[in-house]
Amino acid sequence: MSVTVKIPTQLRAATGGSAELRADGGTVGEVLDAVFAEHGALRERITQDGELRRFVNVYVAGDDIRFGDGMDTVVSDGAEVTILPAVAGG
Amino acid sequence: MSSVRNLRCKECRTGYELGASYFCEQCFGPLEVTYDYSGLDPEATRRRIQAGSAGIWRYSDFLPFEGKVGDPLEPGMTPLIRADRLAERLGTEAEVWIKNDAANPTHSFKDRVVAVAIAKARELGYETVACASTGNLANAVAAHAAAAGLESFVFVPSDLEEQKLLATDIYGTNLVGVRGNYDDVNRLCTQLADERPWAFVNVNLRPYYAEGSKTLAYEVAEQLGWRLPDRVVSPIASGSLFTKIARGFEEWLEVGLVEGELPKFNGAQAEGCSPVATAFADGSNVCRPQKPKTIAKSLAIGDPADGPYAVDQARRTGGGIDSVSDGQIREGIRLLAETTGIFTETAGGVTVGVLKKLAERGDLVAGERVVVYITGEGLKTLDANRDNFDLTEIDPDPASFQSCFGQEIAV
Repeated sequence: MSVTVKIPTQLRAATGGSAELRADGGTVGEVLDAVFAEHGALRERITQDGELRRFVNVYVAGDDIRFGDGMDTVVSDGAEVTILPAVAGG
Repeated sequence: MSSVRNLRCKECRTGYELGASYFCEQCFGPLEVTYDYSGLDPEATRRRIQAGSAGIWRYSDFLPFEGKVGDPLEPGMTPLIRADRLAERLGTEAEVWIKNDAANPTHSFKDRVVAVAIAKARELGYETVACASTGNLANAVAAHAAAAGLESFVFVPSDLEEQKLLATDIYGTNLVGVRGNYDDVNRLCTQLADERPWAFVNVNLRPYYAEGSKTLAYEVAEQLGWRLPDRVVSPIASGSLFTKIARGFEEWLEVGLVEGELPKFNGAQAEGCSPVATAFADGSNVCRPQKPKTIAKSLAIGDPADGPYAVDQARRTGGGIDSVSDGQIREGIRLLAETTGIFTETAGGVTVGVLKKLAERGDLVAGERVVVYITGEGLKTLDANRDNFDLTEIDPDPASFQSCFGQEIAV
């Protein structure tokens, strides 16, 4: 499965300036692993001990993966995975 | 000389310059404004406050600006009212006080945070301000932007209470109803803030915006004669207000403007959106997101940004976080109105509902001073009471009145 991963501005230094990445994987975890394989600096920024950091939100097609199966949430071909800070609002 | 220093990550402590940044690039933690109050003499500071303006800007020593600031709609110094009849109805011997923050320019505490955020937006040179809102913030951003002559975009869930939509659009803003819940609106605004040169008051300006809530602590301390309450009951949506009230009291303790210890903090949520109360009850500080379903729309944040900090604070101070049902919310609105003459919105019903729960559970101590934060106005959520009132219809003659009410005729 090939999906698009959207990267917020503040992380683009770790992706060589790219706002969107293409990656393969059947679940969010697999997609992120594929992204980290290409852009190693992102791993530590987004995850800690294999889990998402507590102020990172990940969405698949606009839905928060915590309403799905977390890192095991299935992504379909062509889906959009969005990484965003969780500290907005209120 | 100003006390404000920089922005700092609440998680990993990385420092940042005082710009439009809100999360840490290292760990995604929230950024917070830091100050150095070591140069503040308590007596001189107290005199400066007392000689200051009539609203929030009297506390400029504790707000994130270098020079003198102000705003045309200055909010703040809302009434703090002793509520003995409410305490009596609750059967508590605690001393109950109501901080009525509906008495602000757009009738909610959001005027405080928006006044600070918009002053910062102007300082940073923004021409357009925006927000993701459950309604009260929408009113405040639209009004303060109008007063400041700035363009504004206000994003709300499209199913918001009609009163809150009307009371936003009237100010000439760009009112955008998003098909989704507040968390969807918030996600959209987080994405838009990344793309557009706008000041989103509760996204990229959130560290400054949140500082405005500290003034709710300062005012209460000042109104109580430079003393702290023993307990605070406050609503929790994102947890920002709840944590910043505590920060305000902590700062005044640090500077020496008040003595004693931090009050116990009791948070209030609606059962239909209670991620923070649930985490507290579970002994965790991980707030699992929820899909809100409650009449308290102004508290309907299913993914609260400051949730973990709110839980920690409730535990640390010996307080708690409770939730109440929609029925208890309506009952709370009526109870407050009948005993104090204050008509609050659903969020206030949540807060009073939790106060009642604390009284019934025996958590309130005789003689302790409890301050209840009422954050919004009842006229904005009329639907909550639509089927909850009595009207006796009569003909325009005394006999008709007599037949319905049967009172003795006074001589």
